[in-house]
Amino acid sequence: MSGKFFGLLVGMITVVSSAFFVLHTWWLPPDISRLGHGVDHQLNETMIGTGLLFIAGQLVLAVFVWIYGSKNETRKIKFFPGGGAVMVTFAIVIVGIEILVLTFVGSKVWASIYIDPPPANAMQIDVSAEQFAFYFRYPGPDGKFGATHPELANDGNGNFFGLDPMNDVAARDDIVVATLTVPVNRPIVLTMHSKDMIHSFYVPALRLQQDIVPGLTIPVHFTATKEGRYEIVCTQLCGLGHYNMRAFLDVVSQTDFDQWLKSQSGD
Amino acid sequence: MQKKYVVLAALGLAVSSAHVLLGSPAKPAGSAVITGKVSYSGTPPKMKPIDMSKEPVCAKEHNPPDKTQNVVTGDTDALQWVVVYISAGDQGGAAPSAPVRFDQKGCMYLPHVLAMEVDQPLEIYSNDPVAHNIHPMPKINNEWNKSQPPGSPPIQTKWDKPEFIPVKCNIHPWMHGYFAVLRTSHYDITGEDGKFSLKGLPPGKYTVTAWQEQYGSQSQEVTITAGETKTVNFVFKVLPYSF
Repeated sequence: MSGKFFGLLVGMITVVSSAFFVLHTWWLPPDISRLGHGVDHQLNETMIGTGLLFIAGQLVLAVFVWIYGSKNETRKIKFFPGGGAVMVTFAIVIVGIEILVLTFVGSKVWASIYIDPPPANAMQIDVSAEQFAFYFRYPGPDGKFGATHPELANDGNGNFFGLDPMNDVAARDDIVVATLTVPVNRPIVLTMHSKDMIHSFYVPALRLQQDIVPGLTIPVHFTATKEGRYEIVCTQLCGLGHYNMRAFLDVVSQTDFDQWLKSQSGD
Repeated sequence: MQKKYVVLAALGLAVSSAHVLLGSPAKPAGSAVITGKVSYSGTPPKMKPIDMSKEPVCAKEHNPPDKTQNVVTGDTDALQWVVVYISAGDQGGAAPSAPVRFDQKGCMYLPHVLAMEVDQPLEIYSNDPVAHNIHPMPKINNEWNKSQPPGSPPIQTKWDKPEFIPVKCNIHPWMHGYFAVLRTSHYDITGEDGKFSLKGLPPGKYTVTAWQEQYGSQSQEVTITAGETKTVNFVFKVLPYSF
C-alpha cells in the first residue's frame, strides 16, 4: 500500500472524527442552570484549543505520510536542527501554555460553582447515595432535619437515612423521597452523604458533578432555570448495579413545589 | 407335622397381635385444629409509598405506587404477614419434596413473606425485563447472593437450619422480603383478615408462636385432644413509627 493511501486515510479519520465534535452530534443536553454557561464556555474553549492543535498535528502527519510513506522510499532522512530534544521541548512548551491558560481561565468558573458560598436564601436538601439509588430528604414543616443514625437505616422500611422518629421529634416530619423536586429559579444546597461506596452525583443538564465520599458531608449548590424532568446519574463505578443507579430531578414552578411539599407532609 | 403347623400359627398370631398392640411405625394422622386471629393494638405506623422511578419499567406497573410492607394491617385490627407455627410439641418429619416458589415481579418480592420447611426445595423466579440480584441475609444459614439477568432460569436452593431470613435485592434497595424457614409442617401466614389455621394436628401439648418482622415473636401453649378445634389469638402492641 502506498504512502498516499495511508496519508489520505489519516487525513480522513482526522476530519470525520473531529466533525462529530464540531457538529455537536452527541453533546450535552441544553444547559438549565444559572452557572452552566460558564462550564459550557470552558468546555468549548478546551475543545477548540485542543481540537485545533489535534487537527493541525494530524494533518501534518497525513502530509508527511503522503509524501514519504511509500515502501520504496529512497530519500535520506532529514532532521530538524537540534534533533528530537528541540521538538520535545517545543511540544512541552506549547501544551504547557495551553493547559495553564485553560486552568486560569477555568478557575473562575470552578470557583463560582464549587468555592463561592451559596446565596443566603438557598433551600437545603439532604442527599444520601447508596448502592444503587439516590434518596433525598427535606426538613418538613418544622424546617429542621432530624438526626441520622446509621445503625437504624433500614431500606426495607423506607428508612434510608436512619431517622429515629420515635425518639426524635424533628425527624417525624422529614420528607424522604427518591426524586429530587425543586422550585425553578431557587438556589438549592445539597448536603451529600454516602452510605457505603464512593458514588458521584451528576446532573448533565445542570453541568454539575460531585463525588460523594463515605464519611464526608459534601455541599454543592445550584439554581435550576428551566422547568422539566432531568436525569441524575451516578458517575463513579460503585458496584454491580452502578449502571442502574440514577434518579430524576423535577424542576417545577414555586406553586407546584409548595403543593407537592404539602402533599408529602400529609403522608 | 401337625405340631409344626400349630407352632407356626401361634407364632403368626403372636407377631400380628404385637403389631396391633404396638401401633404402626408411620406418624399418626391428626385431626385437631388450632385456629385464631392475629390483631394489633395501638396506632400502627403509616406504610410509605415506594418510588421506583429509577426503574421505569417497574414503576409503570404500580400506579398508584406499592407501599412498604413492614407492618401491614388488614380488616379492622388485623395484622397481615404474621407467620404462625408450632414451635414445640410437633413430631417433625422429612422435608416435603414439593418446592415453594418465590417471585420477583414488577421489582417486588411475591409473597412478601414465604414460609417453608428446613431442607424443602425453594425456587426463586425472576419475571422482570430487568436484572435482579437477590441477597438473603441469614445469621445462621449460609449467606449468598445471585444475579438473575432477564430470562434467567429460577434459582434452586434450600435452607438447612430454621431461621427467619430477611431478603433484599442488591440492585433495587426497596425490594424486601422474608424467608421463614421452619422445622414444622404446621404453619400459616395471616392474610387481610388476620386469621390463621393450623390443621391436621395429633392430640398433644403444643407451643404456638406468632412472628411479625418488626415486633418479633409471641408464644402461647395449647393442649388439644383428638378432633378438637381450639382458638388461640395473638395481639401485637404496635407503635406509630417504623424501625
